[in-house]
Amino acid sequence: MKIVVCVNHVPDSETKVKVGPDGKSIDRTGVNFIINPYDEFAVEEALRLKEKHGGDVTSISLGGDSHKETLRKTLAMGVDKAVLIKDETPRDTFSVARALADHAKELQADVILFGKQSIDSDDGAVGPMVAEMLGIPSVTTVVKLEIEDGAVLAEREIEGGHEHVETRLPVVVTAQKGLNDPRYPSLKGIMAAKSKPIEERQPTPAANKVEVVAMHKPDAKSAGKIIGTDATAVPELLRLLHEEAKIL
Amino acid sequence: MKILAFAEQRDNKFKKTAFEIVTAAKQLAESSGSEVVSVVIGDGVKAIVASLGHYGAARVIAVEDPKLSQYSTTAYAAIVSDVAKKEGADVVLFPATAMGKDLAPRVAVKLNAGLAADCTALRWENSELLATRPVYAGKALTDVRMSSKCKVFTLRPNVFTAIGGSGGAAVVEEYAAHIGDGEYSTRVKEIAQSSGKLDVAEADIIVSGGRGLKGPEHFKLIEELAAVLGAAVGASRAVVDAGWRPHDEQVGQTGKTVSPSLYIAVGISGAIQHLAGMSSSKYIVAINKDKDAPIFQVADYGIVGDAFEIVPALTQEARKLLGK
Repeated sequence: MKIVVCVNHVPDSETKVKVGPDGKSIDRTGVNFIINPYDEFAVEEALRLKEKHGGDVTSISLGGDSHKETLRKTLAMGVDKAVLIKDETPRDTFSVARALADHAKELQADVILFGKQSIDSDDGAVGPMVAEMLGIPSVTTVVKLEIEDGAVLAEREIEGGHEHVETRLPVVVTAQKGLNDPRYPSLKGIMAAKSKPIEERQPTPAANKVEVVAMHKPDAKSAGKIIGTDATAVPELLRLLHEEAKIL
Repeated sequence: MKILAFAEQRDNKFKKTAFEIVTAAKQLAESSGSEVVSVVIGDGVKAIVASLGHYGAARVIAVEDPKLSQYSTTAYAAIVSDVAKKEGADVVLFPATAMGKDLAPRVAVKLNAGLAADCTALRWENSELLATRPVYAGKALTDVRMSSKCKVFTLRPNVFTAIGGSGGAAVVEEYAAHIGDGEYSTRVKEIAQSSGKLDVAEADIIVSGGRGLKGPEHFKLIEELAAVLGAAVGASRAVVDAGWRPHDEQVGQTGKTVSPSLYIAVGISGAIQHLAGMSSSKYIVAINKDKDAPIFQVADYGIVGDAFEIVPALTQEARKLLGK
């Protein structure tokens, strides 16, 4: 089974976001970058598929040299081969998907895994866009995946339940938290990853359709009233919710 | 100029977002002299579609087939893009729900359109359509514009207000989907409901618990209060990672970003990634022992005290107030 997993390199979730000097993106000073948390579930699932069905796993990331750190992590987890599509130009989801799809097509993957969204731009669009560009099915926000003889059964999270989706290979799957517990790279894996090469590729030129005009911070919420310190504050809380907030 | 609104139904009942989407489309249309057309896909949907007129749809295109009773990503995407092409839609709106987020990227590619996901505001500025969308789970907002002729947006649930009564019944047109079996390459075989559980992404009120509850068994306090308020149960990352609660309840940057009318945080200190996911709630109540907990910085109303004493009292008093 030919398995591809696409990963992104993003500010960690503890980051305090500041708007950068261009007014359109974040100030990256002092920001700690990590593998996108949802992509870890995708990498783990890719490795499990390989363990069950054989084949190999290639990780792909689109971005600058810093993305090698995340690719190196996927190698340490057990991915066979990593590819950096080297590109520092800002891209919208369409343009990212185009570059990834063009490369994934060459690899003739049976399964292409993504995290369900990147926790930076929160689009959740690149996975299904790649599938559409390749003309293959997609299943998003997946929490359970079974593949047998080319038949795919995936459970995806929806509001208040799960959808059981049937489809066939080749397929794009986007991983939701709960799909698995990602492994920690072993020491052996970390050592081996150091000697595995990261192939560099040139991207399809960006042709963005969406442009960020401005980035700003949301209006800061100001701290409200402390109503009390025990259960005697409850009637006042309900009164405020009823009369001031007009909710209950 | 034409705006196409995808109105989501399940079991031939519209989701609340369907009315939000059509209202948002109507508001965009009013300030630009456009027409609002809604598309509804399913089996037996014709009986329900006319109601979209009250929210501002001039016409509704009903696409019916027994095979469409269950959602199919590929088939639905093919149909929406066919309808959008036939109508010459300039703007296509979807809800940012599990279905809308699954569908919109594929439709955008089919229409060679830009996509702005999970938008919280849409407006015209110098005859250009601008969308506001949160990034970094709401730690920042971006304003985006698109250069493509057709533009696709998904709109965050609970943010755009549905306003009925603005029009009459919509003109209903049937559209026969000419799609082959190949377009049904994904099919929903069944839906496993979590026994009528209200989802945090859709709820108008959320009661969330954190590590301050000391153990999974104490979440029944949260569940009882939620039941009285008709609220969804939410959770912090800490308690989800500890296995106390399922991950579909997690609110925050690696969980769900929510904007309910009321968010009650119990025993949640307010890590930055949690605050990012819930601080756009209209009203926030915090109950926490630690007066310095960051959650109080975003709370409208706070009680600094013992959740084990306050929450049962709140449940009891709310029951009285609401006559339950």
